[in-house]
Amino acid sequence: MSVDMSQFFEVFFEESHEHLDEMERLLMNLSLDEPDIEDLNSIFRAAHSIKGGSGVFGFDALTGLTHVMENILDLARNQEITITKEIVDQLLITVDKLKVILECYQNEEDIDWSAIEKGTSALEALLKDSPIDSESGDTTPEEDEGFGLFESPVVAENGDETFGFFDTQEIEKKETAYGFFEDEDGTQNNAAPGNEQTPTDKDTSNDHGEAFGFFDEESSNDQVNSESKAPDEDGFGFFDAPTSDDSTPKNTESIKPATATPQSAASAPKQTTKTAVKKPKPKASKKPRTESKESSSIRVDTGKIDSIVNLVGELVITQSMIQILGKEVHGETEEKLDGAIGELSRNIREIQEAVMSMRMLPMSFAFNRFPRVVRDLADKLGKDINLVIEGGNTEIDKGLIEKLVDPLTHLIRNSIDHGIEMPDTRSAMGKSPQGTVILNAEQRGGSIIITITDDGAGLNREKILSKAIANGLVQSNDIPDNEVWPLIFEPGFSTAEAVTDVSGRGVGMDVVRRNIESIGGIVEIESHAGEGSVFSIRLPLTLAIVDGMCVSVGEQTFVIPLTNIVESMQPQAGQIKTIGNDHLLWVRDEYWPIIELHKMMSIGKAKTKPTDAIIVLVETSRKRFGILVDDLEGQQQVVIKSLERHYKRVPGVAGATIMGDGCVAMILDVESLSNEINIPTIQEVSGGN
Amino acid sequence: MATSTKKPEQHTENEHKNEFLTFVLGEENYALDIMTVKEIRGYEQVTKIANAPDYIKGVLNLRGDIVPIIDLRIKFGVGQATYNEFTIVIMLMIDERIVGIVVDEVSDVIKVGTSQIKPPPEFGVAFDSAYLHGLTTISEQMIILVNIQKLISSDELGLYDPAVTAEQD
Repeated sequence: MSVDMSQFFEVFFEESHEHLDEMERLLMNLSLDEPDIEDLNSIFRAAHSIKGGSGVFGFDALTGLTHVMENILDLARNQEITITKEIVDQLLITVDKLKVILECYQNEEDIDWSAIEKGTSALEALLKDSPIDSESGDTTPEEDEGFGLFESPVVAENGDETFGFFDTQEIEKKETAYGFFEDEDGTQNNAAPGNEQTPTDKDTSNDHGEAFGFFDEESSNDQVNSESKAPDEDGFGFFDAPTSDDSTPKNTESIKPATATPQSAASAPKQTTKTAVKKPKPKASKKPRTESKESSSIRVDTGKIDSIVNLVGELVITQSMIQILGKEVHGETEEKLDGAIGELSRNIREIQEAVMSMRMLPMSFAFNRFPRVVRDLADKLGKDINLVIEGGNTEIDKGLIEKLVDPLTHLIRNSIDHGIEMPDTRSAMGKSPQGTVILNAEQRGGSIIITITDDGAGLNREKILSKAIANGLVQSNDIPDNEVWPLIFEPGFSTAEAVTDVSGRGVGMDVVRRNIESIGGIVEIESHAGEGSVFSIRLPLTLAIVDGMCVSVGEQTFVIPLTNIVESMQPQAGQIKTIGNDHLLWVRDEYWPIIELHKMMSIGKAKTKPTDAIIVLVETSRKRFGILVDDLEGQQQVVIKSLERHYKRVPGVAGATIMGDGCVAMILDVESLSNEINIPTIQEVSGGN
Repeated sequence: MATSTKKPEQHTENEHKNEFLTFVLGEENYALDIMTVKEIRGYEQVTKIANAPDYIKGVLNLRGDIVPIIDLRIKFGVGQATYNEFTIVIMLMIDERIVGIVVDEVSDVIKVGTSQIKPPPEFGVAFDSAYLHGLTTISEQMIILVNIQKLISSDELGLYDPAVTAEQD
């Protein structure tokens, strides 16, 4: 059991260290003249998370200090006191103290209580010094209450009730304040209790009654410990034994059964009673383990991963070189060498997969937060909105995901705030009162395309134009729609009549565009009055992998993305028709225009006679056509490398990749190749037939 | 560094000397700032890029980077653009971008003080004088100091999309 507990302790220590580092960093950067409320909130959340966790685990020294700290921070972020240098200094000192205490707990050393008392009183002195002392008095109890609650749920017999309380009180009062409940990180911080409480906070507490059944038992001790709610213990005469100190071990144990195996519930209480008696012991047994797995996760610069990705690519090439050389070896060693090379290639493939998986994440990582955003916003604005998420599995570079979240949030807010009309307006227009916002991600050619589609009012051309003219961005009304829409991305441009806290300050859209451009993407808008708007973000695939068909033309290899390929065939002479200089392929009662790749890519020594060659039939969103190639080489996954990194964009080419022999092969951009077709489209041809 | 070499008035007694890598194109000796050189390697088969000018030989794989290779001999019409086992590619790192240039031969590393650099002639050299630092003489041999950074990022060479290079500035 103590093993399990140590896991929770470890998580708590690790996360507390992270929080402290974060607090320190934020405090250091805090501007005294204009403290950023968001930063103060983050600091507060960090302090709060430590306090919560330490309270549950019974690290009282931490709880005490963070509590006072929290009071100061709470006042500061509510702008009830002004942050002064002294306060920041004192907070930094406290952070240092907390680090020391944390280490003491971690290493099972004695705690210097006098130092803590000194720290606490120093902080309290700060509070007193501040002019609005009385208010601080107000807030303190409030916090206390919150925490009383926090701990008591664990304690109380019916988790439901307590949690209901918790919910209403905490959440209504300070939704954002309690990073604990709001903030995803925050939630995880409280190693154990957080796990339990998050769901309660989000769902309604129904199913937690059960889970908390466990808690009741064990946590009662906690109660004894922290607050004297002795009555709770009645139900569990069993647990009367535990002394107040035990809260720590018990809690962790209680959580274990609750989250993992129900059967262990029975054993948990027993354990508790045993361990309960002496506090130091269980801790002592924990410590060594904690040290043995100090860090289960580390943060790595993506640049380092990139270089590994490249190096592994090189490794693959080297390996295939060895393989070729290996063929020259004969005799006894040949077999051995073959075996070794086989092993090597397997290992390399595994490394490659592992490294790739480090870098790629499904889009849903970014998308999953939006239902919440949409719900909150819809409530706030009194709109009824249905968010549809599609393509969450599209894999995208992790770095891109992180940078996409903000612009996406902004665009979605924008769609909801400006796009979707109020329900009664919608009904009046004959639309469903419920607005729909579709968030979609897909890979197309060499890009990932993320679209945000709403069925709202569409952009208001007149309003945008008049604003643009007023701002001197354009001179005349007479410009096409596709030049009007991008105007909303100009700095300081907002057509919202009222500045709300949702949008309207005009700082948003230009930031959106800048953010997206900074990751090499572009934003496009399509909008129809009364029907809605589509915002498309087109991002390059810096590190995406594509399933491709390798084809050869002359001496060169090209890769055609498999998603575009319909089929491949060697045409019969009768299937080839000619219009002027262009060829058409007659397949299954349709004419397919043919692009001769050797002409497109100006390659000599290629097969020019269609009947000698292979035609790969491809389709894009707009067109279908055949690509004339010499031969098919086989299908494989290739890593898309940017040509633009060291060169420039090449028409018809989405990127390049490195083949097994180290050569570079171009990946065709079928979408842009289709622009090269200057003969009538299939439909027209077949229609004319 | 590039600008300091251009200004003879900066010449002091303790003259700062820049190092240059000398190379041969046809019959002429050239040199470029050694700080831009990433590595030197033999010429290997490149992958052609569609519809690129003939002096852009193509791209090759430099440890995972797709790097364009240009042949200055073709661009400036000096020497014969032949490729054999002695043909050299100098990989340059300029503004975070890598580019390889094909040359006939790499000979030496020389130190050149600013005072030793003579202004480039207006004619008689294959390179536009805008792309030159000047001329210098080492062991009675004239060496043309190329302002390789300017040359590589020039529109004349057209290696990069104008928009992209502008963004990077």
